[in-house]
Amino acid sequence: MAEAAAPMLEVRDLEVHFPLRGSFAGRLVGRSSGVVKAVDGVSFELAKGEVLGVVGESGSGKTTLGRALLRLVDPTSGSIILEGRDVTRLGDRAVRMLRREMQMVFQDPHASLNPAMTIETAVGHPLRIHGITNDRGEIRQRVSAVLERVGLAPPEQYLGKYPGDLSGGQKQRAVLARAVILGPGLLVADEPVSMLDMSVRAKILELMLGLKRDLDLTYLYITHDLATAKFFCNRVAIMYLGRIVEIGDTAEIFANPRHPYTASLLKAIPDPDPARTIPRDLPRGEIPDAAQPPLGCRFHPRCPRAFEVCGWESRDLRDLLELRWAGAGEDRFESERGTLGDLEPLDEPSTHVRVPAAGGRSGADVAEMLDRVRADQPGEPFWTGVRSIDPSGTDAALEFHDPLDPALRPVGDVHVACHLYDEALLPVRSSLAE
Amino acid sequence: MSESPVLELRDLRVWYGSPRGAVKAVDGVSLHIGAGEVLGLVGESGCGKSTLGRGIMGLLPDGAVMDGEVRLSGENIVGLSGRRLRQMRGAEIGLIFQEPMTRLNPLMRIEDHFRETLKTHEPGLQKAEIRRRSLEALGGMGIPPTRFRNYPHEFSGGMRQRIMIALALVLRPRLVIADEPTTALDVLVEAQILGILADLKRNFGTSLLLITHNLGIVAEACDRVAVMYAGQVAEEGDARTVFGSPAHPYTRDLLRSVISLRTTGLHYIPGAPPSLIDPPSGCRFHPRCSNAMAVCADRDPVEMRAQSGQRVRCWLHGPETQIPAGGHDPLAREEIAVAEEA
Amino acid sequence: MSMQATERRFFGSWGRALEPIRDARGVPRWILWAGVALTLFFVIMALTAPWIAPYNFDQYQDAAGHRFPKQGHPSSEHLFGTNVQSTDVLSRVIYGAQTELKVVVLAVVVALAIGLPLGLVSGYFGGPLDRALVLVMDALFAFPYLLLAIVIAFLLADRLGQGVLTAAIAIAAVYTPQYFRVVRNHVISVREEPYVEAARALGARPRTVISRYVFQNVIQSVPVIATLNAADAILTLAALGFLGYGIQPTDAAEWGYDSSRAISDAGAGIWWTGLFPGLAIVLLVTALTLLGEGLNDVLNPVLRRRRIEAVTMQASVGEAEVEA
Repeated sequence: MAEAAAPMLEVRDLEVHFPLRGSFAGRLVGRSSGVVKAVDGVSFELAKGEVLGVVGESGSGKTTLGRALLRLVDPTSGSIILEGRDVTRLGDRAVRMLRREMQMVFQDPHASLNPAMTIETAVGHPLRIHGITNDRGEIRQRVSAVLERVGLAPPEQYLGKYPGDLSGGQKQRAVLARAVILGPGLLVADEPVSMLDMSVRAKILELMLGLKRDLDLTYLYITHDLATAKFFCNRVAIMYLGRIVEIGDTAEIFANPRHPYTASLLKAIPDPDPARTIPRDLPRGEIPDAAQPPLGCRFHPRCPRAFEVCGWESRDLRDLLELRWAGAGEDRFESERGTLGDLEPLDEPSTHVRVPAAGGRSGADVAEMLDRVRADQPGEPFWTGVRSIDPSGTDAALEFHDPLDPALRPVGDVHVACHLYDEALLPVRSSLAE
Repeated sequence: MSESPVLELRDLRVWYGSPRGAVKAVDGVSLHIGAGEVLGLVGESGCGKSTLGRGIMGLLPDGAVMDGEVRLSGENIVGLSGRRLRQMRGAEIGLIFQEPMTRLNPLMRIEDHFRETLKTHEPGLQKAEIRRRSLEALGGMGIPPTRFRNYPHEFSGGMRQRIMIALALVLRPRLVIADEPTTALDVLVEAQILGILADLKRNFGTSLLLITHNLGIVAEACDRVAVMYAGQVAEEGDARTVFGSPAHPYTRDLLRSVISLRTTGLHYIPGAPPSLIDPPSGCRFHPRCSNAMAVCADRDPVEMRAQSGQRVRCWLHGPETQIPAGGHDPLAREEIAVAEEA
Repeated sequence: MSMQATERRFFGSWGRALEPIRDARGVPRWILWAGVALTLFFVIMALTAPWIAPYNFDQYQDAAGHRFPKQGHPSSEHLFGTNVQSTDVLSRVIYGAQTELKVVVLAVVVALAIGLPLGLVSGYFGGPLDRALVLVMDALFAFPYLLLAIVIAFLLADRLGQGVLTAAIAIAAVYTPQYFRVVRNHVISVREEPYVEAARALGARPRTVISRYVFQNVIQSVPVIATLNAADAILTLAALGFLGYGIQPTDAAEWGYDSSRAISDAGAGIWWTGLFPGLAIVLLVTALTLLGEGLNDVLNPVLRRRRIEAVTMQASVGEAEVEA
């Protein structure tokens, strides 16, 4: 269905990179080494009155995305268009004006309020900051009205209190009051309920829904909790390591998750259903370092369904060997480790790597050991990526298939960034990947 | 029960002093954990579950007073000397804390952590044996031997938590107490760690006390569950039973307020948890309970067995003999002022 | 409870800040109150000097024109004796308190007025400004403090004379880097707090963020460092006076100067000209140090010892109790 009205928020190819400070010497000179690509090419649209959920684990870049939208960090490239106006490169003063229309609710209610300010001062401060009014009486009136609306009633009881006197839920209500007092159109909520108790979460979410209805708000709801996202959001975007891997209507995504990451997130959600047991076929490992992301598809090291072109590389071999040795006895570890020399070359991300043999061993020994490992793990997707193992004198040269970076493409009613849904790649896939 | 339980709490109370009076953080808790059993201790913030965990370990801050019995394999450890408690910690009770990032010494290699732990409790061990046991413990957690000499900061959060679990297990304690072990971790890593914890009994025969506010992980990983409210145990029994047919109104309301993938409407419990300094008279949940009766405001409920088998402290389950005439009348609940909402 | 409520309304946000002082218990409490008492003693002495000192600080003869004894023993007319210039030691000690406090208070005010804003700005904005300021302040800090004070006193003596202002500025120069550094460090840690980011998200200008969100949370570290610095400043001033770079002796009495004059007396067995000024220095420095350390122990959330209330448990009600 084509939207006639222009979207409230349009984000195109947004990138937010942070430079990494390198060695001590480098730091002295002020040189940076490496870049953390917290947000690495994100595009989406947000319609007016919609609630879009951005779901991801820590390290996915979702918090940085939220902060970039509010210009609390500067985007490195890409564009953010708010109600038709490009706000990506606005100067500080213009950005401050923008804060009347775009507000943020932060994660930790215990730390978002200034401990030295009373609730009245804190919630009323936006009025003073933007020069709406400086009259004490008027501020008190407006603050009382909004406190009433967020459920901190009677307001007189709360005006003089300090954040330290309130409970977590009450603090979050105050934070919401402060965010909506100027009547913004867009609210970016970064994990607004994750630090609250279970029985309080529902209250705050209900409050947020009520505010959306009454004040005609649009939400960008950032969370790691798929369950609340399913309840609260119209559409959901799943983020992994700086990219959106799947985006679409909530109902469709939850009923039929296409990306392997989405599927495993759904399976892993703890549920107090007495019939449930702990899922055992979860992706291994954890979200990798954003400074040097995996080649090709970023999820491939953990994906149970990865295949040839998903981006296999030298570091995956190292992880594979280490995982194997963790479960093996000390004897097997000693013998296999003893066959190999220095494993450092494996840490450089590359599709050609020479695995050195230990002193006294030959490349053929290395190749033989690798073949043995391969035979031991018939279902392991890593081996689909190995094009050839070529023993020579003192090492074995491994060649991987060329990595391909998946782009978001439409699959059914959603968009997914996964090679599994790329028909052009069907012939490349071996039967292993099914 | 033929075998004596690994851990038994009898009428445990832990009170703190505060300027406004005694905080009754734990006020009469009786529990038991058998060998190889996993007990989940569940409750919201302020219910006393963390204090209970600390109390068992003897890790309470100054000024806290403990009363009652904590029997570890039959031996009462309340009032033991500091030295004896230190000997026990690690060797007989293992601890897993909430934030693995901050619990490992950043200046010590993993190897050193293990060496220190093993040498403190088993001084006669040889170097080779220390290494063997450490690698074995780590290997069980999926940490490769190649990383034995790394520093904590070189590991990710989930791996650090696994190292902590390995450290807790390397001395083969009978009981492991895990205080919010997965709260700071992501969903996928949490599921991995839960799998490890649930396997403890299968692999090592260890008993586990899992303290958390997350009902979902308790349902998945625990054999039995105890639900705490305002310093007391409201309900306790087999996990499937308690979650399938909750006997106490608080458990029922708490389960309903959990937002899961099947949630279609928002439910919450009106009001806020009570002050532990001056808790409500009678049943502490009565001001917020939709089933409250007149007797609930007057008398402390007695522990009973519900029909489905779990222990519960609630007048809805009797005993009839102790409810006076008119006690069944529904309680005229004061309107919970909006101001009292959490 | 109502007492607390009225107190709070009266003091407002200061009342909250003073709460830990009221709640303090144990050793820190005694240190604090000892420090307060002793400091107050000197403050009162300084303020009431003209009335309680038996003579003027440079008076060498009585009303009738009789000259005071030179280096006279402590007696009923001169409780602490007289020095080589026939002035009364007790009076010089009392007036000396006035001098010390005048200079030190002025010095602390000047140092704060420069160090605090610079620390705020430097900590909040970072960048090249911060690097430059840190460089300057560290350079000042690295100087041997007495040497620095002497040089500045010497340079200013031409323009401003050797009076209270010169000494105050010289001492302020020595201590400004400390205020700068403490404030800057505190600002850097507060800057990362969510509520500061929230303030920026609200659209507050840096000026507003610094004054309403950062400053109010950083100010608590200042009283401690100010009192400890004051203690140190007394010593510096006394040292300056001892070396002859302090206050002009004709302008005011100064303990350090008196001590230096008393050196030659010591050989002759005249102990009172050196003992009393020296004792005064020691006591005032101790007073301020006690005050500062006491404040630190009480205000610093890391060191603060909460009031530990005694708890008595009543016997628990047996489960088996059955009502008829």
